[in-house]
Amino acid sequence: MITVTVDGKQVELQPGATLWQAAEAAGVGIPVLCHDPRLRPVGVCRLCLVELADGTLIPSCCTPAANGVSFRTATDRIRDHRRMLLRLLLATHRIPCLAQQSTGSCLLEQLGVEYGLLDGHGRPADPALIELRTLALSEAPVDDSSPAILVDHAACILCDRCIRACDEVQCNDVIGRSGKGFETRIAFDLGAPMGHSSCVTCGECVQVCPTGALVERRMAETVRRDEPLRVVASVCPYCGVGCTTDYIKAGPRIVAVRGRPSPGSDGRLCVKGRYGWDYALHPHRLTTPLIRRPGYYPKGPLTADTRGDTWDGGRRKPGSPVPDYEQALEAFREASWQEALDLIAERLQEIRRRYGTRALAGFGSAKCSNEEAYLFQKLVRAGFGNNNVDHCTRLCHASSVAALLECIGSGAVTNSFRDVDRTDLILVTGSNTVENHPVAATFFKQAVRRGKRLLVVDPRRPRLADYATWYCRIQPGSDVAFYNALMHVLIRDRLYDEEFVRRRVRGFESFWEVVQHYAPQRAAPLCGIPAAQLEEIAHAIGTARAMMVFWGMGISQHTHGTDNARCLIALCLLTGNVGRPGTGLHPLRGQNNVQGASDAGLIPMVYPDYQPVADPEVRSRFEEAWGVSLDPKPGLTVVETMNAALSGEVKGMLMMGENPFLSDPNVNKVRAALAKLEFLAVQDIFLTETAEFADVILPSASFFEKLGTYTNTDRRVQLGRPVLDPPGQARPDWMILSELLERFGIPADYESPEKIFREFADLTRSYRGLNYDVLGLDGKIWPVERPDAPERPILFADRFPTADGKGKLVGCHYAPPAELPDADYPFVLNTGRMLEHWHTGTMTRRSATLATLAPTPYVEINRDDAEALGVAEGDFVRVSSRRGTVVLAVRPTDRVAQGCVFIPFHFREAAANLLTIDELDPYGKIPEYKFCAVRIEPAPRPEG
Amino acid sequence: MATDFEPVLLANVGVPDSQRLEVYRQRGGYRALEKTLREYSPEEVVELVVQSKLRGRGGAGFPCGMKWKFLPKDRTVTYLCVNADESEPGTFNNRILMENDPHQVLEGIAIAAYATRAQTAYIYIRYEYVRAYETLQQAINEAYEAGILGERVLGSDFSLNVYLHRGAGAYICGEETGLIESLEGKRGWPRTKPPYPAVEGVFRKPTVVNNVETLCCVKHIMDRGVDWFLSIGVPADPNNPRDLGSYGPKLYCVSGHVNRPGCYELPLGVPCRELIERYGGGVRGGKRAKAVIPGGLSMGFLKEDELDTPLDFNSLQKVGCLGLGTAAVVVFDEDTSIVELLHRSCRFFAHESCGQCTPCREGTGWMYRILTRILHGEGRIEDLDLLLELADSMGIIPGTTICGLADGAAWPVKTAIRKFRDEFEAFIRSGSRLTAASSGSAAGEAS
Ligand SMILES: Cc1cc2nc3c(=O)[nH]c(=O)nc-3n(C[C@H](O)[C@H](O)[C@H](O)COP(=O)(O)O)c2cc1C
Ligand code: SF4
Ligand code: SF4
Ligand code: SF4
Ligand code: FES
Repeated sequence: MITVTVDGKQVELQPGATLWQAAEAAGVGIPVLCHDPRLRPVGVCRLCLVELADGTLIPSCCTPAANGVSFRTATDRIRDHRRMLLRLLLATHRIPCLAQQSTGSCLLEQLGVEYGLLDGHGRPADPALIELRTLALSEAPVDDSSPAILVDHAACILCDRCIRACDEVQCNDVIGRSGKGFETRIAFDLGAPMGHSSCVTCGECVQVCPTGALVERRMAETVRRDEPLRVVASVCPYCGVGCTTDYIKAGPRIVAVRGRPSPGSDGRLCVKGRYGWDYALHPHRLTTPLIRRPGYYPKGPLTADTRGDTWDGGRRKPGSPVPDYEQALEAFREASWQEALDLIAERLQEIRRRYGTRALAGFGSAKCSNEEAYLFQKLVRAGFGNNNVDHCTRLCHASSVAALLECIGSGAVTNSFRDVDRTDLILVTGSNTVENHPVAATFFKQAVRRGKRLLVVDPRRPRLADYATWYCRIQPGSDVAFYNALMHVLIRDRLYDEEFVRRRVRGFESFWEVVQHYAPQRAAPLCGIPAAQLEEIAHAIGTARAMMVFWGMGISQHTHGTDNARCLIALCLLTGNVGRPGTGLHPLRGQNNVQGASDAGLIPMVYPDYQPVADPEVRSRFEEAWGVSLDPKPGLTVVETMNAALSGEVKGMLMMGENPFLSDPNVNKVRAALAKLEFLAVQDIFLTETAEFADVILPSASFFEKLGTYTNTDRRVQLGRPVLDPPGQARPDWMILSELLERFGIPADYESPEKIFREFADLTRSYRGLNYDVLGLDGKIWPVERPDAPERPILFADRFPTADGKGKLVGCHYAPPAELPDADYPFVLNTGRMLEHWHTGTMTRRSATLATLAPTPYVEINRDDAEALGVAEGDFVRVSSRRGTVVLAVRPTDRVAQGCVFIPFHFREAAANLLTIDELDPYGKIPEYKFCAVRIEPAPRPEG
Repeated sequence: MATDFEPVLLANVGVPDSQRLEVYRQRGGYRALEKTLREYSPEEVVELVVQSKLRGRGGAGFPCGMKWKFLPKDRTVTYLCVNADESEPGTFNNRILMENDPHQVLEGIAIAAYATRAQTAYIYIRYEYVRAYETLQQAINEAYEAGILGERVLGSDFSLNVYLHRGAGAYICGEETGLIESLEGKRGWPRTKPPYPAVEGVFRKPTVVNNVETLCCVKHIMDRGVDWFLSIGVPADPNNPRDLGSYGPKLYCVSGHVNRPGCYELPLGVPCRELIERYGGGVRGGKRAKAVIPGGLSMGFLKEDELDTPLDFNSLQKVGCLGLGTAAVVVFDEDTSIVELLHRSCRFFAHESCGQCTPCREGTGWMYRILTRILHGEGRIEDLDLLLELADSMGIIPGTTICGLADGAAWPVKTAIRKFRDEFEAFIRSGSRLTAASSGSAAGEAS
């Protein structure tokens, strides 16, 4: 500890603390402009100067405190200096600036008032300031090229906070300075308007800007001066990173979102989290229960787009980014909650009577809360009487989970993503992290900048590859060959962790039986990576002190997705990279609550906390808890359910927030299956494509309108709090489910989600010790068996939750994907997501900001292929597979290899899943979204 | 006193083919390096330089040996950076050395590198110095071929690589940490100190930055001995513990309205008037001097009646100047408009401020705008006080900025207004107008 004297008061500090921190510890505030405790101090504004005993002035924010130092913070000299500094800055500052006009939050103008340079109304009062302002040059106009952010150089004080936020926090490197001396400006790229620059609209710069130079457009345009603002602490509704948020409200409106500091996301957000919330206000929100009118039977799609007739002959009618809402709405009449709920219960029970319990099924959603997921599976299991309950995890990580359960006995991540700070080598494979888990990616990028090595393996070059030590563009679908080669070298050269393998792993001999056939020379032609590089990488992995493995859908969404995941698990087991800091297996979770929905039992084979339905002991515990007898047979998965609907085995369904119409492979088949259902009830916030096939539609409250818990990719359970009121009669899903449970004879008088959480947590080990108070603002990483137990972010330090406590090596042979390209369909189609959109676009395409940033579908084609096809940027092509056709614009790029194309699946007017194949992985039952054969032909620009 | 001073630093200037290794060697070149490598340990060289009380010639006058001693004892890598950016208006002594006697520069570099255990030296040379660049590069090539640079210098265990790096025309890249950033390929932004380069310099490794002339002095100290060096110049005032003395020869650059502009080697402490009259040949056209810059524009102005001030490290502060600076003396005759001169000065610094820290960026910008207004006949008397207030508030001396550029911008303003206030007031009262183009002043832009 060191001792420092601040204005005569002694404080004790850790060595390395700055003078500014010393003052803070002494309870003395020193004004700052350029300093933000989250950013590296640069000391450019010089407002924070303090006076040392010998009369020297020195900036406090960036000067380490020496032991025994004594300084003053408010002498006359300092005050004069600050006044002069503020005067100079105010002389060219727009008064009032956009921040001051709207929320009164301009730090410079506030200080101007405090130091008597501005009067109580914020007008210049100091004679020298008034004089200088007559000399100021004319102000540049506000740059309004970005849909979300306004840039006013006339308010900028060049504190460089935005630059550091963009460079060092988000690692986007967009902002810099142009010019020098007093002609300096902040500049996006080389001085482009913000909206035309490489900015990805994460808003980090706005969050840190102390003035009105970077402001939230919505805030500047809608908030009246002196309108009181309120802050609601919650989390983001989009991806599995689960960033913590503060929603800033003026009256009933959300006016801005800020990242809330927390152990997970550290106060960062991406464009979706910051600007994508306004879908909740969209006029298409459902506000009353709806019942299908008799004239609309037999059921079929209601809108032209959903019918699919728009693609006839390669032409499509002018379409909107969302279904023709009016057209669909005509088919329904408004109903009371009572009538709608009664009708659902009555029809489902009737089907059950007529065809048996297994004729019913339900799809829950990884977007709903843990409480809702729990109630939903309870309704299906205890109410419907079977295990036909699933959700979109099937489409994401089912194969990963299958492999994890098989090899290490647990499907969750073993280490949290911020452990990258403690590793040596980061392996990211099959994950476009920068776009799909943007905030997790910022930590990866930072780790690389701090000297960690990064191996990126992906057939489509993700942006993260720009940071990689090694980027391996493997042949699509050749993951097994690639990893087998690495493991071959590790074993051949005895670079694996023999001690770890001996103590904690079984199956080594049979594993070698398999991988011995994958010498680099043999694997190289299969995976497309030169043998020498395979050797080099294997050696780097073998000698790394610690390695972390992250993967995404590029691993799991294959017919051999489980094999891919087995390889990654084997790689960690072989090298002893489990159970220590900076190691581990981390399948990056897609949806905000895909981990929680799985934890809560939205899986056909297991009850909450992965307790097998087939296990009689487990089953009897749930029978006792729920007071009914339960079906011992595991239920149907998502794609199996659709097949069963088509074949007539499943006749009645309840869907909560799922839209299989766009998200499931082979849309044509889904359309037929949905039309064939005798009864379909849908709970959702919008009238989705799936809801067009519904008999009853129930209006749900959105994420922003309810209380509940969500579990992120790190297994961190966090509270989402209500920010808005539900529109019309919309109700939270947990209330709707309670009503249905009651109608199925299961008592469900939950007065709050907290009650549901208690019931759920008590049926598990992992959540048992949690309650809303324990979660607090930061959430908690499960398992937590007692409320006072410390967090255990790293799992399996000593043993795996398998029968013998050991992990299992499972060797897999390389097998080619299901549908290989041929003369008729010569290209390989890969599908996935993009930064600005989410899944089927139901939410993001109804967000004004996101829809403006990324309005239209496109297909990425390698530049050389585009040239050979004679198409250029913006030209249209027809992409066809054996299953369907879409027409969309071309984006030539080097991100995809020759012979490969990529289509984001968010766009209903060019739905990628019309093309994909519904071939399944035999273990995880996950469809092969990442590989099918297509043909590409130039097409005329569609009308409209 | 200076009449019979035998040039040391400039001894080879004017000798035919003085740039060539052969000629340099014939005239005793590289003798000092050989002796140093043979007879002294690096620590002993540092100790000799400390004893010589050599002070840096680049502008700040920091004791060279002390700077070297700041290098951490346990360092594994050291870099030597040679500051050849020479952008201070009026200064050209580094250019003369590099163009005429490049091997003297290299010998100084090699000795300094040996003393500081640097195995890599970067010479950061001003972009506009094309001839110096070519000459120096040629000399480097010759030295490599002769085994003076590269592996095992002159057969010793010491190895040294020297790289010549061209700047891109920014005054701020002469500031040692701006130079380091620029060398690393970044924007030439001075760093916040501490850490000083000795601890974290090039690529965040211990680094010594020295001026070309400083390093040439090192060579002669090793050649002729500490006592010789201490016998030249002005001894420290025994009554002033803060006076570290001004020892050794110095290259004075004389320019402006004089009859014989040029670079003159004299002992430190020559009175300004003597330098102008005796060496510079007096003021042009028989006129009187009105104002003199004693050591580069940054140092501010001397009035005619202050010209007897000795040009050493200790005396100029007593007459309100910033210091000796680069000892570049620029003379302005009685017809020069001080208002216009100061406007020029402000324009230079406003243009050259890197813009990083607020007091300097805004201060230089506003001083320039206010002076422009005065020049355009729209000034007010109060403007002068505002200018003084601004000037007094900026710089590393008041402690408000990151680097010394701001001090250099402030001192001309302070000294001009305080020493020539009557002229400014008269100008403002008369409502005269001047445009920058009508100027004949000598304070040209450096860039
Ligand atoms: C704005 C500014 C410009 C400078 N320009 C130069 C320069 O061109 N050449 C130089 O040698 N030193 C220059 N200096 C001084 C250097 O920062 C540094 O003190 C010097 O290179 C140290 O070498 P020395 O100790 O051998 O003098 C400048 C300083 C400032 C503040
Ligand atoms: S919004 Fe994000 S990416 Fe864009 S400039 Fe700001 S910090 Fe950089
Ligand atoms: S835009 Fe804002 S954060 Fe960026 S330099 Fe200007 S005032 Fe600072
Ligand atoms: S004092 Fe001037 S030149 Fe030096 S860092 Fe600050 S702005 Fe840049
Ligand atoms: S707050 Fe310390 S210099 Fe800006």
